[in-house]
Amino acid sequence: MVDTKVTLSGIELDNPIIPASGTFGFGYEFAEIYDINMLGTFSFKGTTKEARFGNPTPRIAECPSGMINAVGLQNPGIEKVISEELPELKKCFHKPVMANISGFSIDEYVYCCEKIDKEEQVGWIEVNVSCPNVHGGGMSFGVCPESAAEVTKAVKAVTTKPVYIKLSPNVTDIVSIAKACEEAGADGISMINTMLGMRINLNTKKPIIANKMGGYSGSAILPVALRMVYQVYEAVKIPIIGMGGITTAEDVIEMMLAGATAVQVGAANLIEPYACKNIIEDLPRVMEKYRINSLKEIIGGAH
Amino acid sequence: MKQSIFKILTNENIADKVYKMTLSGDVSDISATGQFVNIKLDGMFLRRPISVCDYEDGVLTLIYKVVGKGTEFMSGLKEGYELDILTGLGNGYYTGLAGDKPLLIGGGVGVPPLYALAKDLIANGKKVTVILGFNSKSDVFYEEEFKALGCTVFVTTADGSYGIKGFVTNALDLVGDYTYFYTCGPEPMLKAVYNATSTSGQFSFEERMGCGFGACMGCSCKTKYGSMRICKDGPVLVKEGIVW
Repeated sequence: MVDTKVTLSGIELDNPIIPASGTFGFGYEFAEIYDINMLGTFSFKGTTKEARFGNPTPRIAECPSGMINAVGLQNPGIEKVISEELPELKKCFHKPVMANISGFSIDEYVYCCEKIDKEEQVGWIEVNVSCPNVHGGGMSFGVCPESAAEVTKAVKAVTTKPVYIKLSPNVTDIVSIAKACEEAGADGISMINTMLGMRINLNTKKPIIANKMGGYSGSAILPVALRMVYQVYEAVKIPIIGMGGITTAEDVIEMMLAGATAVQVGAANLIEPYACKNIIEDLPRVMEKYRINSLKEIIGGAH
Repeated sequence: MKQSIFKILTNENIADKVYKMTLSGDVSDISATGQFVNIKLDGMFLRRPISVCDYEDGVLTLIYKVVGKGTEFMSGLKEGYELDILTGLGNGYYTGLAGDKPLLIGGGVGVPPLYALAKDLIANGKKVTVILGFNSKSDVFYEEEFKALGCTVFVTTADGSYGIKGFVTNALDLVGDYTYFYTCGPEPMLKAVYNATSTSGQFSFEERMGCGFGACMGCSCKTKYGSMRICKDGPVLVKEGIVW
């Protein structure tokens, strides 16, 4: 009998499989077709201080082995997430959930994290630093070590739960940003967010996405994610949640060998609603095939 | 939502770039006309959402137009080929408000979902009138099929090469009284129908989708009742809720 358990900042997960934020809503659509309590946990839809409709449509474009999305953080806002979504979620998911928080200013991050930290159902807070800083000329918080550290520090000051900073790959040196977050007190790193991409419609000769560009995800970006997780693992001591193109149990093992303690599955959920269930059910077979007794033992094994 | 494997029975060209595909498989999760299915195709990442034209006795009928790589691929598929399909997606049409004389207005590949709806309404004793709008004679399909159900059918073509010259709204004056309407077609047509109709009705929308089952928020639209996902809260929206 193989052991698929891993521990993420003191909380044990039955397996390292975590649906990624934005691809799993608040879980209900998936709870209709399988018992989502089989998941390690899941990261809920990116939540902001105010309700957001998001970007105009089209928001989605097909790509080779992946897709581009420019949803634009559509969500009902933190108050409604707490008053409506979490009670609903409690009915179908009985494990600690990962709260994904976004902000457009340090104050917004602080406001949302402080509130969500008080929710019993929340096990971890995952802070998305890929959003533009409205006070910083629209540049993303995640693009430089200083601003990423500033968010980390501010959020850590108002929370008690483990804080994972979700990093953008659209930067010159992701290692220095991860190190800055660690030094600022982050409990872990989530990586990678989507890669900035674009498609152009040959009939209209214009970008397919109304927002012109969006985040590229799907199996195509797995090698990039693996490389970045591998690099960051060498530079930080805090755990890494690895994501980017994970589709199969083999991908999970590869990502853990690169240095991830747990993994997130994103775009795969959208084209294969049973993706996470299939991966979890397939993990023991693949572990046996590669003579792995315990997943904990392979973390960073490629180094 | 149900995921299952369907086997292609037939796949034939019925109008210019328009194909009719019939498949055998489990249609038990399709709960209303106007719903759609989402089809996994080899070599393509995203599934392709296609409206359900008919579903009866384990046979699913889809009518699609070749507009890109996915539908081009579908048009080349042969009998016996198996497809991974998610069924039972979307809300579908609500027939409870139809009244005695509902009017169905379809444009181009917006026509197919109205077929099962017409069948359903006629089975419930309604007197159904249908307006089918196309660009040209070579685009026309399903006129005879709607007539065979017992519908009164008006066909319009934009270039006047067949039926009434003009748009679906040009046929509205000819249909007489109707109690309610259902429409599906390109957005400019839907807007014209919105402005030209005198009763309440239901509109079927399309949008580029990520998942097709409500998870990704890729196809959201604003309505008077708040934001809605075309794939899950739609594709059918009531006239009163629409914001153009």
